[in-house]
Amino acid sequence: MLDFPRWKILTITLFLGVMIAISIPSFIPKSVRETWPSWMPKPAINLGLDLAGGSYLLLEADTKDVAAARLEQMRDQVRAEMRRDPRIDIGDISVQGGKLSFMVRDPSKVDAAREKLLAITGSGVGTTGQRDWEIAVVDTSRFVLTPTEAGLKQAIDTAMGDAREIVETRINALGTVEPTVVREGGNRIVVQVPGLEDPKALKELLGKTAKLEFRLVSADQSGAQTGTAPAGSILLPYQEGGRVAVDREVMIRGEMLVNATQSYDPQTGAPGVTLQLDGAGAKRFAKVTQENSGKPFAIIVDNVVISAPRINEPILGGSAVINGGFTVESANQLAIALRSGKLPVTLKVVQESTVSPELGADSIRAGITASIIAVVAVIAFMILTYGRFGIYATLAVVINVLVIVGVMGILNATLTLPGIAGFVLTIGTAVDANVLINERIREERRRGRSIMQSVELGYKEASRTIFEANVTHAIAGVIMLILGSGPVRGFAVVLLIGIATSVFTAVVFTRMLVTIWLRRNRPSEIHI
Amino acid sequence: MRLLKIVPDNTNIAFVRVRHIAFAITALLTIAAIAMVLTRGLNMGVDFIGGVSIEEKFASPPPQDEVRETVNALGVGEAALQQLGGANTVTIRLPVPESADPAATDQMVEKVKAALAAKFPGATFSNYSTVSGKVSDELIQNGILAVVLAVMGIAIFSWLRYEWQFGVSTAVAIIHDVLMTLGFFALTQMVFDLNIIAAVLTIIGYSINDKMVIDDRIRENMRKYRKMGMKELIDLSVNETLPRTVMTSVTIMLALGALLIFGGHVLRGFTAAMMLGIVVGTYSSVYVSSSLLITLGLKPGFREDKAEASNAERVGPREG
Repeated sequence: MLDFPRWKILTITLFLGVMIAISIPSFIPKSVRETWPSWMPKPAINLGLDLAGGSYLLLEADTKDVAAARLEQMRDQVRAEMRRDPRIDIGDISVQGGKLSFMVRDPSKVDAAREKLLAITGSGVGTTGQRDWEIAVVDTSRFVLTPTEAGLKQAIDTAMGDAREIVETRINALGTVEPTVVREGGNRIVVQVPGLEDPKALKELLGKTAKLEFRLVSADQSGAQTGTAPAGSILLPYQEGGRVAVDREVMIRGEMLVNATQSYDPQTGAPGVTLQLDGAGAKRFAKVTQENSGKPFAIIVDNVVISAPRINEPILGGSAVINGGFTVESANQLAIALRSGKLPVTLKVVQESTVSPELGADSIRAGITASIIAVVAVIAFMILTYGRFGIYATLAVVINVLVIVGVMGILNATLTLPGIAGFVLTIGTAVDANVLINERIREERRRGRSIMQSVELGYKEASRTIFEANVTHAIAGVIMLILGSGPVRGFAVVLLIGIATSVFTAVVFTRMLVTIWLRRNRPSEIHI
Repeated sequence: MRLLKIVPDNTNIAFVRVRHIAFAITALLTIAAIAMVLTRGLNMGVDFIGGVSIEEKFASPPPQDEVRETVNALGVGEAALQQLGGANTVTIRLPVPESADPAATDQMVEKVKAALAAKFPGATFSNYSTVSGKVSDELIQNGILAVVLAVMGIAIFSWLRYEWQFGVSTAVAIIHDVLMTLGFFALTQMVFDLNIIAAVLTIIGYSINDKMVIDDRIRENMRKYRKMGMKELIDLSVNETLPRTVMTSVTIMLALGALLIFGGHVLRGFTAAMMLGIVVGTYSSVYVSSSLLITLGLKPGFREDKAEASNAERVGPREG
């Protein structure tokens, strides 16, 4: 018992010292921390939105959109490929039940058609070698293309990855501070923006797919009233009300856009959005405007006609202006949405919460007050009960709290309100290990063992119990971490870190203190 | 210095003897809790039923009826009011607007905020949250799954480490603790939300800590006193660990008490659930799970401890 080697004492002290040093930045305001020289430790605990105030949004994508878009894209691709030399004549391509099917007019060209299809349906998904599409031929000349599960999954995954990036770009463009944008599960994105008190603009911005199209307005507008589109055209809602018939053919797509900025009309001073097209887009724009002078040209965002100005003269510079009853904010929003690119999926807000900074500050204050009072009460109780051993246990608890803060800082973990509760509970359970040890020492003393033996046995026997009890406790913590969301997770993180650190401080650290004291003083009696 | 002793030395309380009475009381309370949940139901928060929850802070304690009328007059659905943080704060719960338009929720929140600010000068909103029905279903499922998995994982662990009887008695005790907590929430109609699931899992964790300590002592004593009858052995073990059980429960209660009084209203339900859980968990460790071992037929020398079986050289009982 008494041979606690010096190297061990040094290692433990050094380790705890480092952990305490690491915890310091978390207690310093951020503005001060940022002025520190680079060699000083900086990792600090993040405050959750419930403490800092801000907005949380859970966005969900409709994965059916991805499947539908993929089918449409494949249809266009098949059509283009079959037209290419050597041309293969095919019938109408039908998209039904998530499958694509078409007929090859000349049955002798089935093999050639298959070759062409193989080239465009992708050689495989990742390393699994599985194809993105199943190709089957029925009734000798009808092709049926079915998307494979793996191919679709991959496509959704890519789409969600892109969507996440676009969401992040858009939020950053709003000029807010440090948003976190993370994917969750297969089709969700979590957005957290600290300090944002009114998420309305953000939601509007994220709700925009920002699919930009330019189409010519049809000459025949009779359908706009009757509700049936004239041949070769489709009906789209007009932003200012009513409907407009526009050509089926899309002249310019959003993909050709290189930039979009909020601007003002030089004549009227009304806010608008200026679009800048890339080389190919500019060429095409010039051609279309040349050929259709005098006709109205519809600018469509997310299937709504924003404006339909008349083409007065060919536009050669590749830049166009959208005007249409914008406010500065809505023009800026549209510009951001267009600039960040088209969202590959529609995102819907399925969960949101906003906490005002005042409530957050109140919660923090209450949490800290409660923690301090809890610590003081527990300390007083421990010292009253166990005397010197209670002081050691107390030291262990205080250090334990600092170590948890340090570990959370290193992990860049987020402290939430339930996290504070986890903290307080950890203070309660951390003493449990010392209670077990001290009670065991008491017991052994009563059985008439010597002081040294009692302390030795107390630590030994209690350590086993402590281990068993904490492993089971950790099982509950791990399950919370895996299955939990939001508050449950925040709590689990603190709990798990607390379990690990409390065992160390309660068993190893107090044992060291007790040993040093026993060695120095060789007491003839211990009060416990 | 005279030290404080809550539990005197060498207690000799016959816990096991009253086990039939304890079982009867436990069974009655558990049935009452279940009945309470079934009849009154839980007051689910927006996390679990979906909906919009707006928290509004007033300058002075508002007349609830007037607030309700004001909100209902807006035609945004039936408002459910709840007083949470102090007299001045009211939580207003509303159904999610049917419309698919994401802006609909905003408009609704705006309307409520504006109407309340107009009617009650000085009213400010402090937070709001919206959960769609689909997400809330998922949260319920995950919550239940988490609790079930935790109980199973812990039971399996204690079965592997000890005898199967320990696993079963532990699982029974935990289920008891969970049901009692649910019954408490049904009785008080406090809001049951995601935080409470965290609390329930914590209760499980704490309760298990308690049981492990007693089980560990039973196992130790089974090895030590091979001839002792099971009833005496369990009584001895529970009595030996009693000072620790009480000490730890009191410390945790002190900590939770601080949280309940000073921790702010957001955590009140959470803290209350945990305090109740500690009481229930301690009770079930002392009276239910250990006594249940006898009912389940655990005998001394039943089987060599697993850890010891691999270490067959050591035959004699532990010294002392």
